[in-house]
Amino acid sequence: MSVDKEQVRKIAGLARIAMSDDEIDALVPELNNILGWVEQLGEVDVTGIAPMASVIPSKTLLREDVINADPQTGGNVRDKVLANAPVAEHGFFAVPKVIE
Amino acid sequence: MSDLTDLGIKQIRDGVRSGEFSAREVAEAHIDKVAAAKPLNAFLIETPDHALAAADSADKAKAAGDDLAPLAGVPIGMKDLFCTKGVMARSCSQILEGFTPQYESTVSGKLFAAGAGMLGKLNMDQFAMGSSNETSAYGNVVSPWRRSDANGNKANTDMSPGGSSGGSSSAVSARLCPGATGTDTGGSIRQPAAFTGISGIKPTYGRCSRWGIIAFSSSLDQAGSMARDVTDCAIMLEAMAGYDPKDATSLDAQVPNWEAALSGDLKGKRVGIPKEYRIDGTSEEINALWDQGAQWLRDAGAEVVEVSLPHTQYALPAYYIIAPAEASSNLARYDGVRYGARELPEGAGLQDMYAATRAAGFGDEVKRRIMIGTYVLSAGFYDAYYTQAQKVRALIARDFERVWEHCDVILTPTAPSASFGLGEKTDDPLSMYLNDVFAVPASLAGLPAMSVPGGLSSEGLPLGLQIVGKAMDEQGVLNAGLAIEQRASFTARPAQWW
Amino acid sequence: MSEYRIQGATGEWEVIIGLEVHAQITTQSKLFSGAATEFGAEPNTQVSLVDAAMPGMLPVPNRECIRQAVRTGMAINAEIHKWSRFDRKNYFYADLPQGYQISQLYHPIVGEGQIEVSLDEKKPDAPGKTIGIERIHVEQDAGKLMHDQHPTMSYVDLNRSGVALMEIVSRPDMRSPLEAAAYVRKLRSILRYVGSCDGNMEQGSMRADVNVSVRKPGEELGTRTETKNVNSMRFIAQVIEYEAQRQVDVIEGGGAIVQETRLFDPDKGETRSMRSKEDAHDYRYFPDPDLLPVELDEAFLEECRQSLPELPDAKRARYEGELGLTAYNAAVLTAEVDTAQRFEALLVSTATAIGKPEAKIATQAANWILSVAPGVIKSLGDDANLEHNSPAANAAILAMVDKGSVSGSQAKQVYEILLKTGREPSEIAETEGLQQTSDTGAIEAVIADILAKNEDKVAQYKGGKDKLFGFFVGQTMKAMQGKANPQIVNELLKKALG
Ligand SMILES: [Mg+2]
Ligand SMILES: [Zn+2]
Repeated sequence: MSVDKEQVRKIAGLARIAMSDDEIDALVPELNNILGWVEQLGEVDVTGIAPMASVIPSKTLLREDVINADPQTGGNVRDKVLANAPVAEHGFFAVPKVIE
Repeated sequence: MSDLTDLGIKQIRDGVRSGEFSAREVAEAHIDKVAAAKPLNAFLIETPDHALAAADSADKAKAAGDDLAPLAGVPIGMKDLFCTKGVMARSCSQILEGFTPQYESTVSGKLFAAGAGMLGKLNMDQFAMGSSNETSAYGNVVSPWRRSDANGNKANTDMSPGGSSGGSSSAVSARLCPGATGTDTGGSIRQPAAFTGISGIKPTYGRCSRWGIIAFSSSLDQAGSMARDVTDCAIMLEAMAGYDPKDATSLDAQVPNWEAALSGDLKGKRVGIPKEYRIDGTSEEINALWDQGAQWLRDAGAEVVEVSLPHTQYALPAYYIIAPAEASSNLARYDGVRYGARELPEGAGLQDMYAATRAAGFGDEVKRRIMIGTYVLSAGFYDAYYTQAQKVRALIARDFERVWEHCDVILTPTAPSASFGLGEKTDDPLSMYLNDVFAVPASLAGLPAMSVPGGLSSEGLPLGLQIVGKAMDEQGVLNAGLAIEQRASFTARPAQWW
Repeated sequence: MSEYRIQGATGEWEVIIGLEVHAQITTQSKLFSGAATEFGAEPNTQVSLVDAAMPGMLPVPNRECIRQAVRTGMAINAEIHKWSRFDRKNYFYADLPQGYQISQLYHPIVGEGQIEVSLDEKKPDAPGKTIGIERIHVEQDAGKLMHDQHPTMSYVDLNRSGVALMEIVSRPDMRSPLEAAAYVRKLRSILRYVGSCDGNMEQGSMRADVNVSVRKPGEELGTRTETKNVNSMRFIAQVIEYEAQRQVDVIEGGGAIVQETRLFDPDKGETRSMRSKEDAHDYRYFPDPDLLPVELDEAFLEECRQSLPELPDAKRARYEGELGLTAYNAAVLTAEVDTAQRFEALLVSTATAIGKPEAKIATQAANWILSVAPGVIKSLGDDANLEHNSPAANAAILAMVDKGSVSGSQAKQVYEILLKTGREPSEIAETEGLQQTSDTGAIEAVIADILAKNEDKVAQYKGGKDKLFGFFVGQTMKAMQGKANPQIVNELLKKALG
């Protein structure tokens, strides 16, 4: 499989990265080069093999339902949450107006 | 008194404990070294106050006769991927410019709790994507090593310290700090360690909490230690590792006392030499070093056996599907809303703001990988790429499982070549990716692996040997590393030119 | 019931409806963080660093969310998957800090199930219909955008971000707005019985994505549209009516239906296409590498099973069968868990107070709960203090009725005073003279007197004018000032009139 300019433009759109025509032109051969190379994986016989689900053979540990049990992952930290915001007003993050 | 920056972690720890020198003296010596090493561009942010405060509290504890913490008096460098409270963390990307975490990563928190002080934040490849430290938004890191020509004269070419933990490798190798944190997703601790003649270990996936470490590829990222020898790596890793309930993939297991159990005696151990690692493109001197390494391990009492890891050649392509796929999603949070840079062109709506912010904020290699990752996950391609890669990954893990029936650790070269000059490989992403060909299989399988220096290339550049062990068997890896270290007698160090 | 059809220019159209109900799981803390879930807090106060998707933050699943989803699955007789997994659904939006929603696509925790619904609210005992449920999965809620607080900006509140939802996906088994409403009503009832969701649609703890398509009866399924986040029964019905008509108009006008996401405007009663979800169809789902698979052991499942209450269908059958209630009463009493609980509490208290088995007094208790008590409470309005409305007090009144010491209308009066004052029912009856006499001697004397005064009517009665019996009852009751037990009056009159 290889990608053309339109596909690369579409992927850039999905990934939300603005790209000029020149940038897209430059990426087409680069991506094709990499994709062509990874496609050797298709040679591998994977009959009966399940995709790897977890690196460590273990199930997920579950947390107890307790509010702010660990302050590092609890709420009531609005100052910390907003501290780095490019624009924050009245306790909210602010973004350009969205029309739904 | 000798130069305190020549000392390793263990020597500093023991010297502070015995009162041979004060922690403040150690911190000051390193702070000066860091300040004088700008040409290496290893430290992007210097935090002398942090290092001094930790040193003073070590000295105070010593004066009061209190027990000293395991790393009391030891100043370290911190890869920029770790969030440390109140100090800017950018992952060396413009998109996180100005981001100051209000929290402390588990690993850095553990190191500080163990008494370590932080000298500063270390440069790295942007979002840990790179093998040469040329993708940082804040300039390349330069290796302290220089190659020599046929007459033995040092050239002026700036050499790559490896990547992505290139700031860490450069700083430790240049004696700016005795140890540094690294992270390894597909070789990012081991390859830079090999390029700069230091040791570095990536533990079993899950040993070190990922909480507070800026994510590249979640199923692969693992923090580890980089230092000048195996013992120092063990000491530092002990302080970093441990179960963390804030990371659902954290290993719920006791951290062994690796330092105490270190032994270079490998009697009764079997070392596997995987035949599939003999690949075209590996330099002859590296293959020779590999053979030499096997001999050293035999000398240490081990039996050396040839083993087979049949899916080795597919590890790198599988990695270049899985890691970008995860990265494309992990990096979606950099959108200019909650932190970091925001690019808002005139009249832009929300989605335009995202696209402009991400276009301006991410470097080329990061964009390339996000594009690959987005593509392989997109409708119609998911099974052909991602599912297939995860199946191949399962086969690679199975290869290792089968090999452990025949050996206890595996010995390979760390990288197919010595360091190269900055700019020499940047035109061809694929050839750059091939740098990690030996490192990636262990990453995919989540296994502990380390690089130790083995010798110098004909150009006078360090070469590393890699040891891969069974899951949870960091001890086996460290012991084999120590056995090599004891026999390789690697004492070379870069001449100071900066 | 007659079939629901849209009359188009080209004939009748059938409407096919499927619902994806998002139900907020009742928990203290969020699905992957410890922040609180309580409704109505100040903006961004119930947000952890995890919910704000700060760099390096990681999700850790909340056991209670898993448990409640499993219990809900069991309540709809669904297949429970012992092995499930979380996936990432990737898209960019300002209410989605991570840039992906953690959800379950490939391996949901609950598989196929079904629920029985009754189709007519007025006739809850009429035959119903089975609606298939395809799956229930657990996922994160998004934050909230506020558009009207600033002229050029939208504000983002992440309080809801990361709150746990169950998405309950029905089969496209519904054929009319009525069926859809009945399904949601029954589903809500089950969720409330189980305790996994409070079903509060106004606060958004339950909302539906409404999938609608139309077809000529018997033909292939048409293309569907999905109208998002509809948050009341009435709106669900409106969406279906509007969408069905719109689709018929489009098709009959020569157009085609586009599979798309739409938004409901409650003010206009219309749906419209959602511009903001342009690339909604490429979510690039893949397993979340920050989380390991969820594996449920037998003990966990057994606890879920054991902790399930008696569910509405079983309860209804028991009320009919064991308690001898009418199908209508049984249906109404079991429709909402609150009603059933009040009924059962009254039943227990009353059976104890009277000393009869529950089955013997169930009909009285049902009538009391369903008609007498609500009538009195309604007529009192604000004067009723429902704190006094305890099962024991209600039971005491029913016991007096059962004993014959108060009449039905006296019982209502006692109940009124109880609700206003909280006084003891027996004390009220005594003090306020709200008792009837069963003293046969007194009644016999009054009857004798009345028959003596009305000899002509006695003769007419005996001559066959049966209707006059009512006259004698009335006279007796009047003479007894309404305080005679009517049953005893009847018996004694019949005897006296021979
Ligand atoms: Mg939906
Ligand atoms: Zn959903």
